[in-house]
Amino acid sequence: MTGSHEQLPPWATAVVLPLLNVAAALAVSGVVVWLIGESPLEVVSLLLWGAFGWGEGVGYTLFYTTNFIFTGLAFGIAFHAGLFNIGAEGQAYLGGLGVALACLYLDFLPLPILIVVAIAASAAFGAGWAFIPAWLQARRGSHVVITTIMFNFIAASLMVYLLVNVLAPAGSMQPESETFSDHARLPFLHDIAAALGVQIATSPLNLSFVWALICCVGFWVLIWRTRLGYALRTAGINPAAAVYAGMSPGRLTIIAMMLSGALASGMALNEIMGSQHRLILEFTAGYGFVGIAVALMGRSHPAGIVLAALLFGALYQGGAELAFEKPQITRDMVVMIQGLIIFFAGAMEHFFRPQLVRLFSLMPSTSRQEA
Amino acid sequence: MADVVALIALIIDSAIRLSVPLLFACLAGLYSERSSIFDIGLEGKMLGAAFAAGAIAAITGSAWMGLLAAIAASSALALLHGFACITHRGNQIVSGVAINIIAAGLTAQLGASWFSQGGQTPSLPNTARFLPLEWPGAEALAGVPLIGAVYSELLSGHNILVYLAAATVPLTWWVLYRTRFGLRLRAVGENPAAVDTAGISVTWLRYRAVICCGVLCGFAGAYLSIAQSASFIKDMTAGKGFIALAALIFAKWRPVQALGACFLFGLLDAVAIRLQGVAFPLIGDVPVQFVQAVPYILTVVLLAGFVGRAIPPKAGGVPYVKER
Amino acid sequence: MAETAGSPAIRLDGISKSFGPVRANRDISLAVEKGSIHGIVGENGAGKSTLMSILYGFYQADAGSIHISGRPANIRTPQDAIAAGIGMVHQHFMLVDPFTVLENVILGAEGGLTLRQGMDQARTELIALERDYGLEVSPDATVSSLTVGQQQRVEILKALFRQADILILDEPTGVLTPAEADHLFRILGQLRDTGKTVILITHKLREIMAITDKVSVMRQGEIVDTLHTKDVSLEKLAELMVGRRVLMQVDKQTVDAGECVFEARDLTIAKAQYVRSLDKVSLRVHSGEIVGIAGVAGNGQSELLEVIGGMRSDYTGDIMMRGRTLRPAISAPDAIRANGMAHVPEDRHRMGLVMPFEASENCILGYHNEDRYQRGALLDRAAILSDAAGKLERFDVRPPNPHLPASSFSGGNQQKIVLAREFEHDPDFLAVGQPTRGVDIGAIEFIHQHLLDMRARGKAILLVSVELDEIRALADRIVVMFAGRIVGECLPSVSDAQIGALMAGLEAEPGV
Repeated sequence: MTGSHEQLPPWATAVVLPLLNVAAALAVSGVVVWLIGESPLEVVSLLLWGAFGWGEGVGYTLFYTTNFIFTGLAFGIAFHAGLFNIGAEGQAYLGGLGVALACLYLDFLPLPILIVVAIAASAAFGAGWAFIPAWLQARRGSHVVITTIMFNFIAASLMVYLLVNVLAPAGSMQPESETFSDHARLPFLHDIAAALGVQIATSPLNLSFVWALICCVGFWVLIWRTRLGYALRTAGINPAAAVYAGMSPGRLTIIAMMLSGALASGMALNEIMGSQHRLILEFTAGYGFVGIAVALMGRSHPAGIVLAALLFGALYQGGAELAFEKPQITRDMVVMIQGLIIFFAGAMEHFFRPQLVRLFSLMPSTSRQEA
Repeated sequence: MADVVALIALIIDSAIRLSVPLLFACLAGLYSERSSIFDIGLEGKMLGAAFAAGAIAAITGSAWMGLLAAIAASSALALLHGFACITHRGNQIVSGVAINIIAAGLTAQLGASWFSQGGQTPSLPNTARFLPLEWPGAEALAGVPLIGAVYSELLSGHNILVYLAAATVPLTWWVLYRTRFGLRLRAVGENPAAVDTAGISVTWLRYRAVICCGVLCGFAGAYLSIAQSASFIKDMTAGKGFIALAALIFAKWRPVQALGACFLFGLLDAVAIRLQGVAFPLIGDVPVQFVQAVPYILTVVLLAGFVGRAIPPKAGGVPYVKER
Repeated sequence: MAETAGSPAIRLDGISKSFGPVRANRDISLAVEKGSIHGIVGENGAGKSTLMSILYGFYQADAGSIHISGRPANIRTPQDAIAAGIGMVHQHFMLVDPFTVLENVILGAEGGLTLRQGMDQARTELIALERDYGLEVSPDATVSSLTVGQQQRVEILKALFRQADILILDEPTGVLTPAEADHLFRILGQLRDTGKTVILITHKLREIMAITDKVSVMRQGEIVDTLHTKDVSLEKLAELMVGRRVLMQVDKQTVDAGECVFEARDLTIAKAQYVRSLDKVSLRVHSGEIVGIAGVAGNGQSELLEVIGGMRSDYTGDIMMRGRTLRPAISAPDAIRANGMAHVPEDRHRMGLVMPFEASENCILGYHNEDRYQRGALLDRAAILSDAAGKLERFDVRPPNPHLPASSFSGGNQQKIVLAREFEHDPDFLAVGQPTRGVDIGAIEFIHQHLLDMRARGKAILLVSVELDEIRALADRIVVMFAGRIVGECLPSVSDAQIGALMAGLEAEPGV
């Protein structure tokens, strides 16, 4: 689309452009901070300190990062297959139901087995919820974007119903499930570290973080080193070529969406089994949507996704500290900043491209490859 | 019998009130999507408008100033969407998601820091709101069976935005099918290259469509905060923008059908509120959550082509790039 | 409008246009006389369409000037072009399908903020125009319900309604039946007779010879010559187009056709009750034989290739390899490949390659499930790379770097990657679609030679091409398709007129 003359070196597209986009989003946020009468510089230092300045802060940052890694991977895998899964929110929500059911009713299992079961249950529920929109696109031609949006709302209604009428303990007015028993919880990393004789700060950071990193590796291997990944990418870039090569785009659509739903529900594992220890309302809290930005910024590559997730995790944690320190600033400020980053990094991805191209064309050393 | 009529009148009356913001937003989406700019940011624009209306009406004490501010705020967000999607050919879905999130964060933050009421705007006096207009003789006729219910309950006693919403439907129909702008709007959603080669600027046409969308979302938001309620409350749109989107699909991007779809979804909402805890014979207790999910389920069913088929404008979602 | 008497309708001076490193137009100067039909010929990619897009305001020239009727014209947008009296009929019609003819015609020329008055006026005018030029279409018909020929007439009406004096037609006959094309030419003749100027862009020399007054030949972005049509021969034009004497006669050894390798029986695709895009197509291809499928584009050749390639299942009939019925039991493209068939698709961009993929990844497309590319559950990257390096080497792909994305190769080299993949699979039967479309001359020879080598090695080859000359040069037998049917078979030595008659469907039963 942009002609070959507008090409940038790959590293500039992968690194410089996203950084510029984030910088633009932060600059606009700075203006808003200034408008409400606070000093942007002070806010930035508070944010950074809140996210990285103390042990507990780092723990929280990584805890939130875990959520963003999962939703980023979820969006990324569907994106490789040419699909826009806006439904991570609903899929993770249902995934939470899977986790909760496993933890509530199978808590007699030994923990390692229960963890595997809980992961499987969350993945199955998330994948199942993604299956319907996927099937509808593959077989009935309705677009996943709109169907997954609708499914987010249907999931929300369903979960309210289940939590109010089914899962809430008798007599309780709280729309939440019973608390899981002590041995149906993911171990906190600070507990694991303590058992190994290392002292780290207390935080909700739990074993899900490790699982998230494993999923990143698995994601990379799947996409770039397996036949399935090859097929997914082919179908994503050129569906006609996929048909020509004997792949079934419909089948790949369904597989990609189910994998995406399964990955999204990883965040339910982190929140529900790792931290809340009960199923609550709206625990997905927009992580699914931010996952879109995480994946786009990270170019749907696990390494990029981890870095982008870390950025959002730090914002989230730093923002919480900031809201605590500065009564004028609420956590909504962080929501707005997230929105701005999504806007600049996602929708205005190439905003700075022409300027950057001009900059690069001024550099004499960049030799052009002639095919 | 009189009880049943009264109950039905009450439910319809409340359905009208609930469907007005849907209708504004749905028609807003219609302009945008007919020009092939998909807009899942209706929610965010409504929210921004609701906040601007609540805040400015509170400060100036004028509902009309509030409405103007709502239109301005919503149009600004619409132009942002246009800038990303038309000028920069960005992804329309991502831009819409971003605008929803920006609006949610910004309104709550600004509300909190300007008014210090936890993200809410100050409660408005009646003079700073759009109040119900009593039609002549409404009170006198109220006692007459049926006519009273229709005239006094349903037709009379709404605020001016309700009547404006009703008027917007034929207006949109006329614009779409009887004016030059409408012809071009429909054309650009189907084949932008045809519009371009006919010597019409695709970019400017789409921008105008996006502005129409912003203005109408402004009405929707203002209705929420300064007509239906008396202040802006954090996240007060609560998914209405998405129901409007569902209604737009349900109406297959046509204005008169949009009226029907919005009223249907408003009615469902009204019924859900009324029926909370009411047990039906045979069916038993219908969970209110199920009724709330019906618009989304219906839309999915329609999109899947199980009943009828909703086919969006052909060029929808695709930025226009001149072919080489 | 005072016009300078005798000045040409259009004069271009020194027009140049580059897209990045590609120079699409270089220093083009051209004068088109008023009231004439002026042809512009050239191969695909010679720069014809770019030049016309500049004239129509779609692109801006980097340098040069345009004069319309002797006055300098600054054409920056299509609107400027329309105002200057230029109308254009694009290769892909610029019509809004769900609109009526009338709505399409007035789009952009509505004559007021509301439609009613303009519509009424336009209807009257339209009916007059249709009568004057024999452009019958109903103003209230929906465009999507019209035939391709009728849609083209709507495009011409659009231009005339805007009072165009100069009409540009870009490859207007590519999608027309011979009868429709004749009708079009009659219309163009009438337009010329009423004083309009017509520019006809095409790569079909016969059209140029048939109706133009003058012809300009473009090659590699330049106009190499402008001549009076009556003074020039077909051969001379062809030579100018490609830049040297074309001897399409390739050095072809005689190969004795062997046993029947591939057979298709009664392949039929029913689109609607009476519409068939393939109609009982039966053919055989023997070992050591190239069977060429000739025909005007859109007469079922693409569908035939897709059926043979296993890409569609909405057909009836049988396909047999060495006497064994393959389908419908086995009908997926990978199963086809496993049975010794290979398919070079017509459109490498749309099907044959995944442009952002590395060359090595493209070299396994369709064969990615084969054992030699696997290592346990993973793809064996080392094997894939070395395999690809060998293929690029042997097919002289430049640069022979398997890590480069397909998009960074030239058209000819991209096509070689596809051919390398399919040929080296060593199939018994090859279905090849448009092997040299958009490929430079050097690569064409290379590709032709490779096809003949495969033939010499006893492969059975089915060749589909819109280039009749290519088919004549390579094929042992020519099968002609029209309207989804095989309407005749002949040897490559028969005359143009005979093949032409078959391609035009003149020997098929009328009224289907």
